[in-house]
Amino acid sequence: GPLRWPTDIPSHLSSLLSAGQRDYDLLVIGGGSGGLACAKEAAQLGRKVAVVDYVEPSPRGTRWGLGGTCVNVGCIPKKLMHQAALLGGLIRDAPHYGWEVAQPVPHDWRKMAEAVQNHVKSLNWGHRVQLQDRKVKYFNIKASFVDEHTVCGVAKGGKEILLSADHIIIATGGRPRYPTHIEGALEYGITSDDIFWLKESPGKTLVVGASYVALECAGFLTGIGLDATVMIRSIPLRGFDQQMSSMVIEHMASHGTQFLRGCAPSRVRRLPDGHLQVTWEDRTTGKEDTGTFDTVLWAIGRVPDTRSLNLEKAGVDTSPDTQKILVDSREGTSVPHIYAIGDVVEGRPELTPTAIMAGRLLVQRLFGGSSDLMDYDNVPTTVFTPLEYGCVGLSEEEAVARHGQEHVEVYHAHYKPLEFTVAGRDASQCYVKMVCLREPPQLVLGLHFLGPNAGEVTQGFALGIKCGASYAQVMRTVGIHPTCSEEVVKLRISKRSGLDPTVTGC
Amino acid sequence: MRRAVLGVGRAAAWRIRAGAESGQQRQRSPPLSPVPAPPPPAFRFVSRPGPAGSESETVEQSPPQSPGPGKAGDAPNRRSGHVRGARVLSPPGRRAHLSSPGPSSSSEAREELRRRLRELIERSRVMIFSKSYCPHSTRVKELFSSLGVECNVLELDQVDDGAKIQEVLSEITNQKTVPNVFVNKVHVGGCDQTFQAYQSGLLQKLLEEESAYDYDLIIVGGGSGGLSCAKEAAILGKKVMVLDFVVPSPQGTSWGLGGTCVNVGCIPKKLMHQAALLGQALCDSRKFGWEYDQQVKHNWETMTKAIQNHISSLNWGYRLSLREKAVAYVNSYGEFVEHHKIKATNKKGQETYYTAAQFVIATGERPRYLGIQGDKEYCITSDDLFSLPYCPGKTLVVGASYVALECAGFLAGFGLDVTVMVRSILLRGFDQEMAEKVGSYMEQHGVKFLRKFIPVMIQQLEKGSPGKLKVLAKSTEGTETIEGVYNTVLLAIGRDSCTRKIGLEKIGVKINEKSGKIPVNDVEQTSVPYVYAVGDILEGRPELTPVAIQSGKLLARRLFGASLEKIYHTLFWPLEWTVAGRENNTCYAKIICNKLDHDRVIGFHILGPNAGEVTQGFAAAMKCGLTKQLLDDTIGIHPTCGEVGNRRF
Repeated sequence: GPLRWPTDIPSHLSSLLSAGQRDYDLLVIGGGSGGLACAKEAAQLGRKVAVVDYVEPSPRGTRWGLGGTCVNVGCIPKKLMHQAALLGGLIRDAPHYGWEVAQPVPHDWRKMAEAVQNHVKSLNWGHRVQLQDRKVKYFNIKASFVDEHTVCGVAKGGKEILLSADHIIIATGGRPRYPTHIEGALEYGITSDDIFWLKESPGKTLVVGASYVALECAGFLTGIGLDATVMIRSIPLRGFDQQMSSMVIEHMASHGTQFLRGCAPSRVRRLPDGHLQVTWEDRTTGKEDTGTFDTVLWAIGRVPDTRSLNLEKAGVDTSPDTQKILVDSREGTSVPHIYAIGDVVEGRPELTPTAIMAGRLLVQRLFGGSSDLMDYDNVPTTVFTPLEYGCVGLSEEEAVARHGQEHVEVYHAHYKPLEFTVAGRDASQCYVKMVCLREPPQLVLGLHFLGPNAGEVTQGFALGIKCGASYAQVMRTVGIHPTCSEEVVKLRISKRSGLDPTVTGC
Repeated sequence: MRRAVLGVGRAAAWRIRAGAESGQQRQRSPPLSPVPAPPPPAFRFVSRPGPAGSESETVEQSPPQSPGPGKAGDAPNRRSGHVRGARVLSPPGRRAHLSSPGPSSSSEAREELRRRLRELIERSRVMIFSKSYCPHSTRVKELFSSLGVECNVLELDQVDDGAKIQEVLSEITNQKTVPNVFVNKVHVGGCDQTFQAYQSGLLQKLLEEESAYDYDLIIVGGGSGGLSCAKEAAILGKKVMVLDFVVPSPQGTSWGLGGTCVNVGCIPKKLMHQAALLGQALCDSRKFGWEYDQQVKHNWETMTKAIQNHISSLNWGYRLSLREKAVAYVNSYGEFVEHHKIKATNKKGQETYYTAAQFVIATGERPRYLGIQGDKEYCITSDDLFSLPYCPGKTLVVGASYVALECAGFLAGFGLDVTVMVRSILLRGFDQEMAEKVGSYMEQHGVKFLRKFIPVMIQQLEKGSPGKLKVLAKSTEGTETIEGVYNTVLLAIGRDSCTRKIGLEKIGVKINEKSGKIPVNDVEQTSVPYVYAVGDILEGRPELTPVAIQSGKLLARRLFGASLEKIYHTLFWPLEWTVAGRENNTCYAKIICNKLDHDRVIGFHILGPNAGEVTQGFAAAMKCGLTKQLLDDTIGIHPTCGEVGNRRF
């Protein structure tokens, strides 16, 4: 209704009253995917917009350009290094397909890293150009609030400027978390902020953590021929379907990644020869153990980049536990004209496309007369482990928790990608399952796909689920032969039936 | 005539007794009970007084100690005809109700009803779904009566769920009206069709065929369609045979069980495509840091051997799965000789005859030849390419079908010199903008195109593996002729249905004389009621790929006229291609929306890596009524090619 957001009225009035007095219609703090999407959208709607972005160097001194985590130290370099690892597998497949390549083929980290970094730099440049084309003012300054309409920015040289705006969007994202009580963690460890920008190969690497970042990094490091170990304290891929998660681990383990389960590191020391000695406790036996590595990568989670913002000056509330910003369903913070989107927000999926979409919708509501809210349900995503895991909707556990075991039907299949046959690859973990309501027409609650190109497979089905797909409708969709995604429309075996879900024929 | 009304009562109904019938009955069925027998346990009959509307009377299934004579398990012969227990009739005003024992949902109830109807049809020699006042129904009943044949009749106007039964019947038979006649499980049709069948003698034939056939179902053709049909029928408890025989190609190539897809289609094609992609991956991999400097060569024999090994394992798997499901597999050529009878000729020329109640034709298609001098002697087709024992060398691909372009694509990917000769347009039936983009991508990657030419003569210059062939071609537009020398000429100009040499004329199955395709109704039934057809030989059905189904949606586009659609499109650069330095502005996606229908998405096209994997899910979404709005609202998966649909339009 019209009175649903009463706080909008004073904000709107005040912006009318003060028109021309403040520097910008919209100020975006943070030049990542979400922030840039907001800025470009607002500029397109004819608003005067500024973006401030500043990359605080990592403890190892790594820094990068405009574009935020995704472009610089996230999705993009991660998937490119994943691709490098996949190519390693394809090189091993090639002789089976008649290509005469002498094995083994060595991998040169420097060459890959340089190529990846060059691409990222071209993207940084592209973002700069796009902002310029749309007449968005860009400041490479570190911002903090002075009051609820004013931000103070400090440039690299220490020069300060004040910027005021009617609307402010906070999109500062997050940064990797370092453990606080582990000796040597900060001095000797690196994070995903550094790994993609290393000039030299990380060598034998210990990855600490059970997040998708940890598994993805360990996966591509193994794939390019490095010795990689993952240390996991409790459960891997928390929040994801646990059956799928254990199959991801199983696959990685069978392809050379080592796992230290139920272990927690206690200290990191540098040995005289330069290697890092890590000491850890096996929490099941209580015993202590050590190992030496060239690199220790922390991938134990991320913290929101809110500390230097002086949010209290503006009166923006954050969660006391996570320091993330609290917002309502229209991305509004506790201050009427200040909004927040992306990873910096409490309770939102930390994904590039959600930040982008939330940002655009927010700007359309602010300046485009729209009232559409972001729908955070059924967000699809893919984990780019060596065997990729794509999912959308509910995990089996979550479906059972919400609807009860009796009301959930799970259809599943073990399949073998055609390309694996000739190459003689093992397909034990190629698996797909669809979680449905049991009651006809058996609404699809979730889809989980483990196999090559999982992202490409999952995307379209995410649309289907958005359209309210039922199991019956999916089954009436004709398969594309021969692909992996056709396995989804051929899921006939339910878990309840107890039948063997191995696909054996066309 | 016996009424298979599903109710308990004593009313008189029409029953025509005929002398000829009783003898036949005794032969096939358990003894008749003289009094109304309890219904078979599979049924539960509820009947209640009609308009008066007093308490309904429910008769549970008969107790186990006194099974009804019509009980399924009792019959010594599966074909034992009538539902004895069900011939008791509803009195006028008492309405029978074909209900199930309280299934929880309507769709389950419907399934149950469908099952019951099937059972009724299966157990009846003649089953007529009728309405008591319908003159056409009466004519049909009289016809059977005049033939002295006993029928089971269900008067849909006298049962409570008549309307539902009629709906389910229309789903099963695609016939919405009554009378709806089945003879020995074969759907004959309505009044007109029944009389036609009577006049052609087919009806008498169907009636005779009560006697034991060798099989419930014989499937002619062991390809994807035939095999899945066979396995399904076997799971449903039918006695099934598959006849499969591969007539060697003019070059002498033949193969095992599984049909085109497995042996000379999708499977080897995608594997060779994968081999070509690996060549590209090898080039890319250097840029991703993998180090090897020697010139990488491709070995055709190694690849072909590996692929053929995989195919052999699939052939074997099919044999095994047929055996597991107790489907008889005979490696013989099937040819109809008379109604319900087929001749099977094996490799040695030995002939065996088999009979069956029903048949499915799934013989598929084989590549077409040009009909010019030298084509059958010297050219190969996709039937030969995938098992060619030597590298084809410099190759001319004739045709512009997807088969032609796919083959040309992977051959070029192995580093071969490839030319495609195209008579008119690329990929007829596909979206032409996309087709041209495919063509120009191939051209940029070294495939040469000769547009608007057709070959007129092929000459052998040298024998060998491969040899040397001279191709003479003439322009389709003028008098210009050109000449070229190739090691291999691959014809991919289309495929012909294998329907002309299987004796269809002997039993009257109509084919389209021009195309050789078999017209069928919505339930895949041919002009002869007991003969069905599936797969590539069907007239007016896509040959397998859902991309072809998509072209059906494009038809809608043409029908609605272009102005009612909006097209959203975008070029994109797959992330994996960036570092590899592959071309930008090549990969392309577009969607077509119907403005009149809430911007419903009626077409989805993507050109780029993993297009099949991407398209599948979008196809499912379109099935669920995808609109542009929903597309916009769906979050992309980053970074993938699939997200292009969500982010860029």
